[in-house]
Amino acid sequence: MADRGTRKGTDLKVELRDLRKAFGRSKALDGVTLSVPDGEFLALLGPSGSGKTSLLRTLAGLEFADSGEIIIGGQSMQDVPARERGIGFVFQHYALFRHMTVARNVAFGLEVRPRAKRPSRPEIAKRARSLLDLMGIGGLADRYPDQISGGQRQRVALARALAIEPALLLLDEPFGALDAQVRKNLRVWLRDLHDSMGLTSIFVTHDQAEAMEMADRVAILKDGRIEQIDTPEQLYSNPATAFVHGFLGESIQIACTVAEGRATFDSLPAPSIPAACRPGPAIALIRPYEIGLCPGTGTATVKSVHEFGPTRRVRLIAASQMLEAIRQPDAWTPAAGETCGLDLSRARVYPSAME
Amino acid sequence: MTQTRPTQERPATRAAVIALTLVLLTGFLLLPLLVVFVEAFAHGFGAVLTALSEPDALAAIRLTLIVAAISVPLNTVCGLAAAWCIGRFEFPGRGLLMTLIELPFSVSPVVSGLVWVLLFGTNGWLGTVADRANVQVLFALPGLVLATVFVTFPFVARTLIPLMREQGSAEEEAAVTLGAKGWRVFWHVTLPNIRWGLLYGVLLCNARAMGEFGAVAVVSGHVRGQTMTMPLQVEALFNDYDWVGAFTIAGLLSLLALITLAVKAVLEWRIGEHGRALI
Repeated sequence: MADRGTRKGTDLKVELRDLRKAFGRSKALDGVTLSVPDGEFLALLGPSGSGKTSLLRTLAGLEFADSGEIIIGGQSMQDVPARERGIGFVFQHYALFRHMTVARNVAFGLEVRPRAKRPSRPEIAKRARSLLDLMGIGGLADRYPDQISGGQRQRVALARALAIEPALLLLDEPFGALDAQVRKNLRVWLRDLHDSMGLTSIFVTHDQAEAMEMADRVAILKDGRIEQIDTPEQLYSNPATAFVHGFLGESIQIACTVAEGRATFDSLPAPSIPAACRPGPAIALIRPYEIGLCPGTGTATVKSVHEFGPTRRVRLIAASQMLEAIRQPDAWTPAAGETCGLDLSRARVYPSAME
Repeated sequence: MTQTRPTQERPATRAAVIALTLVLLTGFLLLPLLVVFVEAFAHGFGAVLTALSEPDALAAIRLTLIVAAISVPLNTVCGLAAAWCIGRFEFPGRGLLMTLIELPFSVSPVVSGLVWVLLFGTNGWLGTVADRANVQVLFALPGLVLATVFVTFPFVARTLIPLMREQGSAEEEAAVTLGAKGWRVFWHVTLPNIRWGLLYGVLLCNARAMGEFGAVAVVSGHVRGQTMTMPLQVEALFNDYDWVGAFTIAGLLSLLALITLAVKAVLEWRIGEHGRALI
């Protein structure tokens, strides 16, 4: 791989300060503040319309925020046009130049450089070839984009973006248009590439498994705001908001009321639990495997038990509500028809969504 | 027993429809075209050559070529700009602009010519300005070009707008993030992607520019050897009972139409066959 000349020093920290952008009345970005350290692989995760693509395009200079600041490597991007930012961008549908061969697609970023900074023709061809080899598609150099598969196009798009030796790599739904198997292979491969090339990457996805598997940190976006940004592990075990809890993994929602530091479940016969949130109506969220079942006479009746692999799914009825708990292999499990006690102490309590 | 699909007609019906089509095609399209060439060559090849070497005929051919040589490039550039504007951006009044572009299609050619007469006539808004600048617009080349440009404006824009809308601007954005400047993006990404569509539009534009009669007739002034384009010359010769002369020029125009048709077919085949790759 050619030397990565445009990287200045080691610190390529990306900082976003209070970015705001509105399209008419809808807010695409509603005060996004974010700091991405050099070398990080960050995922922007959120439902469609959450502003994640807008954020990525604003970073690249393809769109402009109404207010706020973007600082990359200590330099404000305020007056830097997209073509001078030196940011690699992989588009959702690749946006390969359809009338150019794969090799020319990859070489494009070098060919358009001003003469003083442009490598010689053989040098450009050499670099394009070595990038294609790195992507494992050296044999496709003379094909046209419509003659190769989706996964191959993805690699060409990546090679093209990397040819300009970007300080920062942005990927918009990089695996969105690929089938499941190709997706899985490319994920691992892309993560390895990021590490071996020492890139700083930000990618947008709506697939939570993808974000949680690949990224160092994940930013969860909703309505143009960052709900929470943390490592996948922390996000899953300590979701900051009810939205994050519900967005990442299976969640059961139970209405409750908070008073004097304790949450009492409105309609479920389970002991109250400590809650730090302010008094009033609230919601408790719990994952199925966090629901505790205690032997002995209780308020919940077991409807059925399904064994599936190492886990058992227990369907319960408590106060005419249906609940599903997941029991670990070694945990006590009631049989169908039995009653048992409910322990919801691992639930997390959040202020009610309606404020 | 052969079964027919619900959408398939009986053989007799099909034969009748095909026969009707053939009769209409021959009677209304092929026969008239044939007549043009038969009449032109009625007095032999020599007569055609003589008719073609008439100074007035040569002047008409030259003028037609000059008018097309000015209006077609002009409309290519303007059409490209308009298509880029409308095809790539959302802005208030976009729909109105689109309708305006198609205006020349819906206005009678005579009216298209007349507007220039009203504008540049002795009492027209711009007539005095042109007079003062000592520029003869009406009954001269500028008027002919203006009328032709007006009539042929929609062709390039109309073929490009749907194409550019469908393609979107992702490739241009990719080029920009790779460091390409505006012109570079246009020449290396935008233009190659629309080249067949553009060529198609230019071809139709040219065919109309050379063949336009109505609008040009109004602004021409009919000065023989000076302001007569080929279609006007045909009419003038016809009115003089110069059959061979009229049909010779008409034959020349028909030849142009045939060539246009052939190239158009090839372009349509390229656009259709290779679809996304070559458009």
